[in-house]
Amino acid sequence: MSHDTMHIAFTLNGKAVEIDVLPHERLLDTLRYTLGLTGAKEGCGEGECGACTVHLDGLPVNSCLVPTFQVRGRDVRTVEHLSPALLAPLHECGATQCGACTPGVVMAAAWIRDNSHLLSRFSIRELMAGNLCRCTGYDGIVHGVERLVASEQGAA
Amino acid sequence: MKVACPTTLAEAISHKALGFTPVAGATDLWAHWPVRTANHDLSYVDLSGLHELRGIAWSAEHLTLGALTTYWDTMQDSRVNAEFPLLIAAARYVGAIQIQSRGTWAGNIANGSPAADGVPALMALDARVRLVGSNGERTVPLDRFYTGYRATVMGVDELITAILVPRRTYSFTAFEKVGPRRAQAITKVGFAVAHSADGWRVVANSMAATVRRCPSLEAILNASHPNPPAEPDLRAAASKDLAPISDIRSTAEYRTEVFARLLRSTLATMTARP
Ligand SMILES: Cc1cc2nc3c(=O)[nH]c(=O)nc-3n(C[C@H](O)[C@H](O)[C@H](O)COP(=O)(O)OP(=O)(O)OC[C@H]3O[C@@H](n4cnc5c(N)ncnc54)[C@H](O)[C@@H]3O)c2cc1C
Ligand code: FES
Ligand code: FES
Repeated sequence: MSHDTMHIAFTLNGKAVEIDVLPHERLLDTLRYTLGLTGAKEGCGEGECGACTVHLDGLPVNSCLVPTFQVRGRDVRTVEHLSPALLAPLHECGATQCGACTPGVVMAAAWIRDNSHLLSRFSIRELMAGNLCRCTGYDGIVHGVERLVASEQGAA
Repeated sequence: MKVACPTTLAEAISHKALGFTPVAGATDLWAHWPVRTANHDLSYVDLSGLHELRGIAWSAEHLTLGALTTYWDTMQDSRVNAEFPLLIAAARYVGAIQIQSRGTWAGNIANGSPAADGVPALMALDARVRLVGSNGERTVPLDRFYTGYRATVMGVDELITAILVPRRTYSFTAFEKVGPRRAQAITKVGFAVAHSADGWRVVANSMAATVRRCPSLEAILNASHPNPPAEPDLRAAASKDLAPISDIRSTAEYRTEVFARLLRSTLATMTARP
């Protein structure tokens, strides 16, 4: 039962990284335990909750469902890469309580803000449907994302 | 556990022939991660490095989805949106954005779940599956791809390389999914319906051991066209075509009743149109 390690290179938060990984490693574990980025959280480990959301080549993905070997040569961004200022509209709207879902919520929200043209076809609720929150009841999250998008459009 | 990351289709096929499990978006495979990794003897062949499996292409006859095409790839393609709204309707029901960005149409087909949501939409459009193996290439109609519960005609050495969707003018298409909530839910009752000059297609998911076409329903729809069939006929045909089970998600009675009512009301929206 030997595990051959695999050597992979990818871009993490704008910087080149090269690491050895085990074949069965999930990106979530590589980020948390090899690279020390503990922002992405494990809620369910099966793609349901979105607490582990990161951006892979610019799209939100559940890092618990990404085999690390698949990110070779690709671009990974985590919540650590984002400005803490993004949290302000979420705080203001009561979108944070225990905080377990928050890193994933912020990753989805940042993606919506950066792709706000999508809101002509998709509601915020549809785009946030993969981020579960046990505390806030979702209205605060939806309002927070609306405010974030509006502040971005005001700033532009 | 062993992983091969080939860069050519030929290498990928030779690994598949040796029993390696193909990995595309991993949204089915890695969802069972703790179970899978407990079995250290498993071997995987990663398809994500195969450029020949990427891309959406159009010819006069077909839309061709490379096997690595994700739901999101189609959802953000304006031409697919314009010509195949049925595919987009189905894609929007799969999981949520984090799943749509990774999950592939081909993975949905190969996984073989009777609850798959991508498969009924493709099957209602008479999609065909291109398979490539050590002895070359063949194309199989999707409605003849499944031989039983999670069993397919795909050979041990074969991979899906593309999905071909014939380009036709549709007068009506509809996709319905009933689940505990809209996102991240496994279908209890579902169907895709399409009408073109080639006649009616009705494809049900979660209503039998495989996603399947409903020949009796299609026949009565063709016979009564352009009017919807009478409800008793519709129920009688549905009971011939379908064999729903009772399981942890629902009961056979619920599935039968909801399927019939939802199909009837869906067909009513068609006739209500000018
Ligand atoms: C939270 C969550 C929600 C989901 N919601 C839905 C839903 O609403 N509706 C739905 O239908 N599904 C849903 N799924 C299941 C899954 O996302 C889809 O079935 C998806 O299309 C699988 O594609 P993939 O590329 O991720 O497949 P993978 O997991 O990579 O592979 C799935 C299977 O297909 C095989 N395979 C993949 N590509 C090929 C190929 N080219 N040739 C041969 N074999 C191949 C693999 O070996 C494996 O057996 C959900 C999954 C999760 C985790
Ligand atoms: S931990 Fe990845 S989706 Fe829940
Ligand atoms: S704030 Fe507690 S889960 Fe969302």
